[in-house]
Amino acid sequence: MTTWLRTIQLSVKNLLLHPLRSALTVLGILIGVASVIWLLAIGEGIGQKAQEQIASLGAQNIIVRTIKPSSDEVADGGYGLTRNDYVCLVATVPTIDEAFPIRVLSQEFRFKTRHFEGRLVGCTPGYAEVTALKQDQGRFITDADLDGERNYCVLAAESAVKLFPGGDAVGKKIMIDKEFYVVVGVMVSRAPSAGIGGSLAAEDYSRDVYVPITTLWRRIGDMTIVTKPGQFQRDIQEISQITLRVDQPSHVLQTADIIRNTLAQSHTLADFGVTVPLELIEQANTTRLMFILFLGMIAAVSLVVGGIGIMNIMLATVTERTHEIGIRRALGAKRGDITRQFLAESTVLSVAGGMLGILCGLACRPLSALIRSALERWFPVHMESLPDLIRTVQPVVVNWSIPLAFTISILVGIFFGVYPALRAASLDPIEALRHE
Amino acid sequence: MADPLTMLGQADFSARVQDMHKDYVLGGETVRALRGVTFDVPTGDYISIMGSSGSGKSTLLNLLGCLDRPTSGRFLLGGDDVSRFSDDELAEIRAKRIGFVFQSYNLLPALSVLENIEVPLYYSGRRTPRARRQCLELAEKVGLGDRLDHRPAQLSGGQQQRVAIARSLVNDPRFILADEPTGNLDSTTTCEILELLGGLSSEGRTIILVTHEHDVAEQTQRTIVLRDGKILSDERRR
Repeated sequence: MTTWLRTIQLSVKNLLLHPLRSALTVLGILIGVASVIWLLAIGEGIGQKAQEQIASLGAQNIIVRTIKPSSDEVADGGYGLTRNDYVCLVATVPTIDEAFPIRVLSQEFRFKTRHFEGRLVGCTPGYAEVTALKQDQGRFITDADLDGERNYCVLAAESAVKLFPGGDAVGKKIMIDKEFYVVVGVMVSRAPSAGIGGSLAAEDYSRDVYVPITTLWRRIGDMTIVTKPGQFQRDIQEISQITLRVDQPSHVLQTADIIRNTLAQSHTLADFGVTVPLELIEQANTTRLMFILFLGMIAAVSLVVGGIGIMNIMLATVTERTHEIGIRRALGAKRGDITRQFLAESTVLSVAGGMLGILCGLACRPLSALIRSALERWFPVHMESLPDLIRTVQPVVVNWSIPLAFTISILVGIFFGVYPALRAASLDPIEALRHE
Repeated sequence: MADPLTMLGQADFSARVQDMHKDYVLGGETVRALRGVTFDVPTGDYISIMGSSGSGKSTLLNLLGCLDRPTSGRFLLGGDDVSRFSDDELAEIRAKRIGFVFQSYNLLPALSVLENIEVPLYYSGRRTPRARRQCLELAEKVGLGDRLDHRPAQLSGGQQQRVAIARSLVNDPRFILADEPTGNLDSTTTCEILELLGGLSSEGRTIILVTHEHDVAEQTQRTIVLRDGKILSDERRR
């Protein structure tokens, strides 16, 4: 133990004889180690963000949506999910705990002279919970509203601001499709949910108005007519989307298959889609692992480069100190002593690089924020065009990356130090003494 | 163990060289540096080895110093046949039983006087507080007690050689080998160094010293002259 301490002490002393050279070698390892931690942290940050987005859909949920088929396929009878589908699924699939159907359509909302175009969402009381909407004022739709098919509505925060800039929306009557609805609540503003691949569109909740789905069915009906210049389009659809909650996470995948089969029997058109967040989470996991592996390989390359730096410097040192090696051998140093001394020096270099690299790695959050703000100031246009995920990603230092990076740095020091050290030890003492 | 010579060696001789040969291969040609050298070194002897360059004296000193193994023949040191020892075993002999003094001092430039004296302790495994106190005493003994923190470059040649002598004594070896220890020194300093070596001899240490100078050789008890890898003469002075 003390032998090692002395060896390390001696190594540090020898390395300090050439401070710049040692510092540059340490820098090589530092960059390698820091990049391992950084790249893993960035990978993890992106992964976690994707995971969060998917998890916000609920791992225990299955989402069934109406998809509009190409227009020539649509018969007069409409398309998409029907009230029958809903009843059928809830009645026949035992693993479904709850189901939350919604019907979404574009509408104009009015209050006195103010008006705006937004999303009318017919929903059930569970909708707020499923989409993680929070109540700000008043209340959300209740079962009583649903059963009574009442003309009650709840406004999204932004919708409330549009119609009631002075606030105090609750209790007022707004007009939707020629009928009055009493505002019973206002929700807290919610960030739009991102779309996930091609399987789920992004959803913007800011222009929403929520009404009981039964009221929507009764008052507005299934048919909407879209008129554009030179075009008149009829659209019949009963349910836009059903969010189904499965009783156990382990049943999700099976249930999804059952739902696909059940719906396929009653639908001749390809007018529905089934999204399973759990599948997406697993996909995202695989993607993330591949991403981390890829970044890890890049980082490994920089570590190898750092290691080659160590080897280079150690080989130069051995040549430079051949005479010293001869003296030490004459004074009784065994080959092992010489090997140990040079190995200790390369290891000290790499450990120093490793520790400083870890410090830099841990600073990656504030540093990346700094870099991002600098980039935003200097290249605002380029930054704007980057995808959201990249622009807002927060690196998350992966716990295991620190011991990993440190271990790798020690191994790099040993691996790239072994050859120079063995070369030093294999020098003939007499030859080495004569050197210089 | 059964070898009677070995038993005898332990009893009577500090070292014994028996028909030692050493060949080198240099550029495809074999150079016969030593061609059968035999002599005994009784404990406490003070020997100078002389000879023109190429006579084999450096080769002999390397073999006596256990830096190399003879091609044939035997070298018995305190009863051990060192010529059969492995590399590590030789290193251990060098660390524990032999002290080296070189012509060019061979101090480590990055270390202070005291640290230079301490170097052999690393390899003999005796780096105890007591051994380190002895290093201080040795520095005093060679007259450098007030320069412990100096680097070799800050010292004169004579001072450097005194550091080297102190270093050679650290592990208290019975056997001291000096390769032209005064070769780089002026006459006054040469006298000082020879005095120091003479003192070590009178302490009962065996000293073998290679030199070119007759003045230096005259300070020793016995002179062996080599020529062409063989002993030309072996004379005892007093």
